[in-house]
Amino acid sequence: MNSREKILSAVIANQPELVPLPELSSFERNASGCSDKFVAMLKSVGGFFYYVSSYDEIINILLSVNGENKKIISTVTELTAYYSEEFLNNPQISNIHDIDVAVLKGRFGVAENGAIWLTDQEMRQRALPFICQHLAVILNADSIIPTMHEAYELISKVTYDFATFIAGPSKTADIEQSLVIGAHGPRSMTVFVMINDQ
Amino acid sequence: MENSTKDHAELAQDFNRDEDRVNWHDETLWFIRQKRDKTAHQIPEWEALREAASQIKNNVLSNLHNYLVLFEKNAVTNGIVVHWAADASEHNKIVHKLISEANVNRMVKSKSMLTEECGLNEYLAEHGIEVIDSDLGERIVQLAEEPPSHIVLPCIHKKKEEIGEIFHKHLGIEANISDPQFLTETARGHLREIFLTRKVALTGVNFAIAETGEFVVCTNEGNADMGAHLADVHIASMGIEKLIPERKHLGVFLRLLTRSATGQPITTYSSHFKKPRDGKKMHVILVDNGRTVQLGRKDFRNSLKCIRCAACMNTCPVYRRSGGHSYHTAVAGPIGSILAPNLDMKKYADLPFASTLCGSCSNVCPVKIDIHEQLYKWRQVLVKNGYAPAAKKVGMQLMTWTLSSPGFYHTVGKVGRLVMKHAPFAVNNKLNPWFKQRDMPYPPAESFNEWYAKNEGKTHR
Repeated sequence: MNSREKILSAVIANQPELVPLPELSSFERNASGCSDKFVAMLKSVGGFFYYVSSYDEIINILLSVNGENKKIISTVTELTAYYSEEFLNNPQISNIHDIDVAVLKGRFGVAENGAIWLTDQEMRQRALPFICQHLAVILNADSIIPTMHEAYELISKVTYDFATFIAGPSKTADIEQSLVIGAHGPRSMTVFVMINDQ
Repeated sequence: MENSTKDHAELAQDFNRDEDRVNWHDETLWFIRQKRDKTAHQIPEWEALREAASQIKNNVLSNLHNYLVLFEKNAVTNGIVVHWAADASEHNKIVHKLISEANVNRMVKSKSMLTEECGLNEYLAEHGIEVIDSDLGERIVQLAEEPPSHIVLPCIHKKKEEIGEIFHKHLGIEANISDPQFLTETARGHLREIFLTRKVALTGVNFAIAETGEFVVCTNEGNADMGAHLADVHIASMGIEKLIPERKHLGVFLRLLTRSATGQPITTYSSHFKKPRDGKKMHVILVDNGRTVQLGRKDFRNSLKCIRCAACMNTCPVYRRSGGHSYHTAVAGPIGSILAPNLDMKKYADLPFASTLCGSCSNVCPVKIDIHEQLYKWRQVLVKNGYAPAAKKVGMQLMTWTLSSPGFYHTVGKVGRLVMKHAPFAVNNKLNPWFKQRDMPYPPAESFNEWYAKNEGKTHR
């Protein structure tokens, strides 16, 4: 008997009598006040936040915060200055290891924890939102939902090979519980909430 | 430490030599417990979430066979290679084989308590494979050649000055640096180089979903993602109890996990791995290592519901004052003390006794494991099976005789009071375990019985 059969037969011999799954529908919440809550939670997890109404506005903010001569890469076609199909098609590590700022679109934001859902379609390269020194995410104002329960309702309607929730910059408190921003991933996370998507 | 012959009490005594450190450890973990309370109380449906999580996990344990088979089928459809390991040794051999097949002799690893349980790093080192742990806390204890002392905060027992010294010795920084910002930046630079050059990355698994064949890994640092997305081969090791039925159940667990662990609303990254990248490989190793035995123990099976948040450790009055290393097992604290005896009753017979049975652990557990009741039940099992320490057995027998004979009880009480009053050195010494880190109480002048005999007539007349 191989290990698979051994484990499965031990499981079936030892598992208790079947008990049903609980009903989760009572957890769904209404969406009022979501945006304000999202902003507050995003800030509490160390994120920066801007309401914007155009892509030009995003570019201006990125330039004023990061200065010139930075390697800014975007997977958002509207940001033509930072979008390069050729670049995004090259999966070599040497291509992406020195990115200063990556700008991606997020699918939706979760008000209760400030997390944003991104799939590999928005990332193009899975490592992109992790390896960049600074991360910027663009979100539509109407794509903020109350809790993780609504999040998984939405997630059930999309397909992905890899996806993640990102809530703020990479951080650690492993040294004497002192919070340090910028552990291995981005040193900052900036969220642009687009009020009037062009 | 795994080879140490000292038991919990002796190891706790070692930890208690440095009183300032113990106080700091105690207060810091209690502060995290308070952060957990603050965040949990912001969720009106918190208790309903705990109940739902508990019921989902009960369902998982009762239907684990089908969920494992379904997960395997869906994961394979997704292009993930699924391996089964009956024990720690088989798990380690599978990892070694996968590294060898990639023609490399080094690997980067993010946090996985399962690999600690299996002794993977030591096994691979013996076979000439270099493993670098990428979680900051784990990297620190790895450089210090120590195991993690806490499943979420691996180096909570270390002071920043000691970490500065470790980095001075191993990462070439100047001596006497203790600034956490600087030390973290040093580790970032050191580990980035590792992430960029390692072809094989191993991660743990927080949740695996039977319905979709995907698995979820949660970190704050981003180290699991940095390792996995930059490597050609991603190995994910998981205990078979990490299965959950459907993706929507993550809504419940991700709301509970980090709030219970650190008081954050969610980890920075909650990554859902479903398929490997084009041309790359993704492996999942499903590990039993005693879990099916625990599943068959009616009184102890629901310890397998654990989601490894460590809330029970942060709240435990014994853990906070004895330190994680005193438990001499990969998973310390109250939950570790009910998991470890399943693996080796003799070796871990001391752990269920390392508790006050105050019940705080059960009250904070996000999946409602009756931890303190299981600690109590393990004590009975261990004594019945002959694993109780000899001194404890003799002590219990003496207590039984004393309590069942009123005459003897009164004599012993009288002698005790006289001794404590006139010859306190007889109890205030190292032979008396109650005297360790405590002052003995001042003995009362008379017993209640003596007082009653003297006063009975007076009050009723």
